[in-house]
Amino acid sequence: MSSATIDLPLHGNGTQLFRKLRRLTFLFWPAAIVAFFVILGQQYQWIDVYPEQWVLPVQDWLNQAMKWLIHECSFGLFTFKELTRSLAWLVSWPFKLGMGLLVQGFDISFQLPLLGRIEGHLPHVSWLGVVGCVSLLGHYLQGWKLALISGGCFLYLAVFGQWVSAMETFSSILVAVPLGVLFGLILGIISYWSKTAEILIRPLLDMMQTVPIFAYLVPILFLFGFGPVSAMLGTVIYAVPPMVRCTHLGLQAVPDSQLEAGITSGCSRIQLFIKIKLPSALHQIMVGINQVIMLTLNMVIIASMIGAGGLGYDVLTALRRLHIGRGLEAGIAIVVLAIALDRLSQAITQSRRRKTASSKNEGIRHRHSLTALGLLFATLALGAEFQWIALYPEDWFISTAPFWDGLMSWINIHLYDVLNTLRSFLLIYLLVPLKKFLLGLPWSVVIAVLAYAGYRLGGWRLALLIAAAALFPAITGYWEKTMYTVYLCGIGVCIAALIGIPIGILAAGNDRLASGLQIILDTLQTLPAFVYLMPCVMLFRVGDVSALVAIVAYAVVPAIRYTLHGIRLVPIPVLEASTMSGCRKRQILTKVQFPLALPQIMLGINQTIMLALSMVVITSLIGTSDLGQEVYIALTKADIGRGMVAGLGVACIATVSDRLIQAATARQKLKLGLA
Amino acid sequence: MNLNRHTAQQTQKSEPKLACRNVWKVFGHRPRRFLARHDYNPSDQVLAESNYIGAARRVNLDIALGEIFVIMGLSGSGKSTLVRCMSRLHDPTHGEILFDGQDLSTVKEKDLIRIRRHKMGMVFQHFGLLPHRNVLENVAFPLEVQGTSKRKRLERAREVIDLVGLEDRIDNLPNELSGGEQQRVGIARSLAVEPEVWFLDEPFSALDPLIRSEMQDEFLRLQRLLHKTIVFITHDFDEAIRLADRIAIMKDGEIIQTGTPEELLTNPADAYVSEFTSRIPRGKVISAQAVMDPLPQTQDQTLIGEGSSHVSAEATIEQCAQQVFSQPEPLAVSDPKGRIVGTLTQEAVVETLFSGNGSRPEA
Ligand SMILES: Nc1ncnc2c1ncn2[C@@H]1O[C@H](COP(=O)(O)OP(=O)(O)OP(=O)(O)O)[C@@H](O)[C@H]1O
Ligand SMILES: [Mg+2]
Repeated sequence: MSSATIDLPLHGNGTQLFRKLRRLTFLFWPAAIVAFFVILGQQYQWIDVYPEQWVLPVQDWLNQAMKWLIHECSFGLFTFKELTRSLAWLVSWPFKLGMGLLVQGFDISFQLPLLGRIEGHLPHVSWLGVVGCVSLLGHYLQGWKLALISGGCFLYLAVFGQWVSAMETFSSILVAVPLGVLFGLILGIISYWSKTAEILIRPLLDMMQTVPIFAYLVPILFLFGFGPVSAMLGTVIYAVPPMVRCTHLGLQAVPDSQLEAGITSGCSRIQLFIKIKLPSALHQIMVGINQVIMLTLNMVIIASMIGAGGLGYDVLTALRRLHIGRGLEAGIAIVVLAIALDRLSQAITQSRRRKTASSKNEGIRHRHSLTALGLLFATLALGAEFQWIALYPEDWFISTAPFWDGLMSWINIHLYDVLNTLRSFLLIYLLVPLKKFLLGLPWSVVIAVLAYAGYRLGGWRLALLIAAAALFPAITGYWEKTMYTVYLCGIGVCIAALIGIPIGILAAGNDRLASGLQIILDTLQTLPAFVYLMPCVMLFRVGDVSALVAIVAYAVVPAIRYTLHGIRLVPIPVLEASTMSGCRKRQILTKVQFPLALPQIMLGINQTIMLALSMVVITSLIGTSDLGQEVYIALTKADIGRGMVAGLGVACIATVSDRLIQAATARQKLKLGLA
Repeated sequence: MNLNRHTAQQTQKSEPKLACRNVWKVFGHRPRRFLARHDYNPSDQVLAESNYIGAARRVNLDIALGEIFVIMGLSGSGKSTLVRCMSRLHDPTHGEILFDGQDLSTVKEKDLIRIRRHKMGMVFQHFGLLPHRNVLENVAFPLEVQGTSKRKRLERAREVIDLVGLEDRIDNLPNELSGGEQQRVGIARSLAVEPEVWFLDEPFSALDPLIRSEMQDEFLRLQRLLHKTIVFITHDFDEAIRLADRIAIMKDGEIIQTGTPEELLTNPADAYVSEFTSRIPRGKVISAQAVMDPLPQTQDQTLIGEGSSHVSAEATIEQCAQQVFSQPEPLAVSDPKGRIVGTLTQEAVVETLFSGNGSRPEA
């Protein structure tokens, strides 16, 4: 290989050099643009810095629109606000039911004709009952192993003193997930039936997934008020998009042969849908449900900003007061809950497929549900007698908070020097210079170069879209904050890619490593973004460095996963042919596997960017001053316009990078002859 | 039928170019340990009862320099596995692969790569072209990884591309080519380094019959030019008899019989081989000398007279059938030196052409 590259200049004559130079011509225009603007920028201030008087008061417009919506909008019989409030009221009932069942119990008082007034308290379900039922469900779905895992997870919640908070969270999940699934299913079906609906729904989904969750907490707060119910609605909105997509995808993927079989057997349209399409799409729908559950859990902490209680609230308050130990305790409890629910819902997905095979299943199910019922009543009855059965006694708690706090102070004492050096090093040599550079770039140059990239990759339409998206932060007066976000996110993504791609490559060549890695990645993906913050704060205190580490840790997963997948996708015949052509392992990697996996890897980087963005926003909680901070402030001041504009700014960053990468990937694929 | 049959058989006595000595390839969990536990010779029953697949079992082969050696067998009989062992794409679980007398299974990675770069070429059933490189770059690829200079490798690549007749598709990407063209690229690529041994794993089975027979002609033409040692896999008997000097028949990982096409037909080792060969047009394979009435030893000096009709001993029955039926009396059969070695009767021809068991019972 080396000799080949050395050979070139020897044999290379003028034309070859020229050809090499010509390859660089694509750099000409960007360079020209930059030079042009820089020279002009010295003349005209406005090219360098977006003038303040040009900022459009988009925030105020949004605020006015919202005001109108809340105070004046009326549908004749009722106002918009009444509509939303009654919706909230409606949803509050199942939530109250769940809370009553799991946490509070029910106060009963009613009048009977002969016996007079009856008052009493119906206790909530005992912790033993819940643990037992969950284990039974696990056993029914998959057998002993799952029973142990899921039961163990719930037991953990009790033993480590998180039971009450966890059940509060659990009951909101129990309401939010079915709601999300139902909405998602309906929207998915509608978008499947009607092209117009699809065209309307799709960009909405794109927006919902790129606007940071934070940002739509503000309007929700306004429409539905502060409290667990509006938190739940926020969660539902956040969790719905993948459900819609999965439903749509599943319905669309029904094989023609099945449809034709249905039509020729005389199905009506409805029958065709219910008897053929839905069952055929069921697996995909189940995948969607799993996603809804995971996103709901992801939202637990954020939702507590607008009034959800439970574990999320515990984490948030602990984090605000920098009680790392307590925060971690609650955070781990969320993870444990997530693992249990993830496993259970995945088991449902799998058991669906083999269910019909045996009819004896019916009997088993009855046995399981009878046992569960028996268990519930027994623990209920015994709970009235023995307090420890009703509620896990506090004396038995094992608290890990002291351990974490101890660890933290140990780290502070012993690792302080190392970590501080690392931190300073990162700050001085990487973060600060880059921040200065990015923040110093003239806004007009950035937009022009981005638009040019869009033009090269996808023509005028892409260029226009990207220019518009890049212009938005400038117009709304958020240029600086946006660049700050780009800076944190950009470094995070670069580091994540530098770590993730090599790991993916390594794992692709090593099956044992790959299967081990798979488990780790699966677990990492169930962790809510917030959980990453705590160890980082533990190690690096608040600030940009912690934020960076958290971003890298959170965003590295797709980089690894897609690289691994992409390299694994290279067909074996191609690899064998390369081996027989005399390639060394390294040559196979650089000349065959890597180029062929590149489109996949780029998609992975795209995902990495999305995750990094969502993390950047969250890191504003530990003191970064990006767009997330803006949203966060808006949230505390209930300033809808400000929050929404900042949120849209983040969506713009996401859109620009997503569209550019997608276009580049499509191009690359075409070049590889894969498209 | 093939020009080099004689040379092949002559050199057979000398050291083989490529040989397998009791080669095993077992798939499953820790196959070496499994084989060692069973003395490197597990019985069929042991294999069947275990979770192991004996994809190649106690294979012994000698392939001579310049020979076209065809490996045949039903799908799953282990042909690809065996050839992959020979090129060491698979490590054989047990046994030796001798390449010019050197045991490949113990050769170091570095030397193996050297051997692959300079002495081996392989053509794959599914082509295995690199989708992101055009025809020229695909063919130049083996030279590129060796570090040949760009000018030289492109020049050489052009040469072999000319050889397979693709000179006007040089800039196309693989997915812009038809199956036949893609396989030509594969062939050109494997020839770019001028290999000594050429492995072809069902190179033509993805092609339709017409193109297939075209490619077979092409292949024979190339071989006449290049004189490689060739290991050719196919499950198509027609293809095998057209190309082969010798054929090995595999079943369940074992080689049942090795021999010339004619030997397989006239002298099948077992019922499997005769079943396998039963549907071949025998007239195309069996030669006159196999079914003639040989003349007594004393008279074998008789020379053919000028103008009298005769056939060569090596002619196939199909080739001489017309001549036999054009005269009532048996036709004289002559050896290459012009001596009469026997006579061919009409009955013998009819029996060969139409009976299921055309071999004459040994007298
Ligand atoms: N990597 C592998 N792992 C396990 N078993 C394998 C592997 N590769 C091949 N086998 C098994 O070895 C046996 C022989 O396979 P092989 O590919 O050599 O057959 P083949 O004769 O080339 O068939 P075909 O004509 O279909 O190409 C088959 O039973 C196959 O299932
Ligand atoms: Mg094969």
